[in-house]
Amino acid sequence: MHELSITRNIVAIVNEHAKGERVTEVTLEIGLLSAVLPDSIRFCFDIVAKGTAVEGARLNIIEVAGHGRCRACGQDVELRHPIARCSCGSSDLSRLSGEQLTIKQMVTTPCAQPADAPITPLRG
Amino acid sequence: MCTTCGCADHSTARLTDLTTGQTFDLHEDAHAHRHHSHDHDHAHDHDHSHDHSHDHSHTHPHDHSHHSHHDNQRTTVLEEAVLAKNDRLAERNRGWFSASRVLALNLVSSPGSGKTTLLERTIRDLQSDLPIHVIEGDQETTHDAERIRRTGCRVVQINTGAGCHLEAEMVARGIERLASPPHSIVMIENVGNLVCPALFDLGEQAKVAILSVTEGEDKPLKYPHMFRAAQVMLLNKIDLLPHLTFDVARCLDYAREVNPQITVFQVSAQTGEGLPRWYDWLRTQLRTLGERPTC
Repeated sequence: MHELSITRNIVAIVNEHAKGERVTEVTLEIGLLSAVLPDSIRFCFDIVAKGTAVEGARLNIIEVAGHGRCRACGQDVELRHPIARCSCGSSDLSRLSGEQLTIKQMVTTPCAQPADAPITPLRG
Repeated sequence: MCTTCGCADHSTARLTDLTTGQTFDLHEDAHAHRHHSHDHDHAHDHDHSHDHSHDHSHTHPHDHSHHSHHDNQRTTVLEEAVLAKNDRLAERNRGWFSASRVLALNLVSSPGSGKTTLLERTIRDLQSDLPIHVIEGDQETTHDAERIRRTGCRVVQINTGAGCHLEAEMVARGIERLASPPHSIVMIENVGNLVCPALFDLGEQAKVAILSVTEGEDKPLKYPHMFRAAQVMLLNKIDLLPHLTFDVARCLDYAREVNPQITVFQVSAQTGEGLPRWYDWLRTQLRTLGERPTC
């Protein structure tokens, strides 16, 4: 369940950039070789976002295939799974991309709190 | 839930120094560093006694703020790697290890593969000529660290609480406590888990995956991310092979299918069989530190 701590990272980073604004949308790019399950991220996202500026934000996930080069024949190979073979039969592939886990963008509104958020009185 | 960073308050990670018996709360520590510093890259500068001058060319997170004002909504392009903070801290650890000529290995496996027994045996067999320090990672208890301490070795235990893997920041705190001398080995025993630790770089020079013959020969295929990330696979408990139907050749085929470059040693931490080759590998890695990248 590394997706939970990864989702915490995502929410923490987005919160930091939101600078008090309310986040309404977050877009992630997840490589198919990243060992991260998009469904698990979705599952964790709402829970982790609760009580933060990201609460209620819509989560978009773009899944992208990886690319590698065959060390035996030099051919470029599309990688959709961590175990892959080149059409020449070799499994010795250098990985060029596909492990990315990136926050692409976010959408915010100036409203710092959800409309129904309780008003916290100032202390002191 | 902590509203500053979204982490769960109860999942507190702790570090216990087995020599002094002191326990430190890594979560609070991390917060003190993280939330009150402007530049997260330098979170450890204040009390990190080892100053590694590596400042890698990691870009700082920057808001491109492509403001498209639509109903008061603003789109900000972030293009930020989710694990960037961990990766930056891992690079700092790697810089320190390399500058200090310390060989750091990240030992990964499923629970019960015999990691701790293998470590105890390795320490006992090598301690006369190779200083070894240990960072033990477990969700709870200091049982493993106690076992390691009985070998006479310097050890700290990191309890991850709810966490299923060690992270670079935890290791940074560990190496700070251990203050390992040059030309020593730091063994980082990760939380028993063949999935999550594959994603979190700790700054080690190599990952060593331990697979025991009681687990089934298809583990490399079932957990390809881990076996791909490892430079070495120790096939442990080979003394039990006469009692099992484990097919060694097939297991090695699977491991090489996933990772053609993997180095394999067949060992038994109980009988000592095969361990001299593992020790030779450790000595070679230590000797050649800094001459060439090990990963």
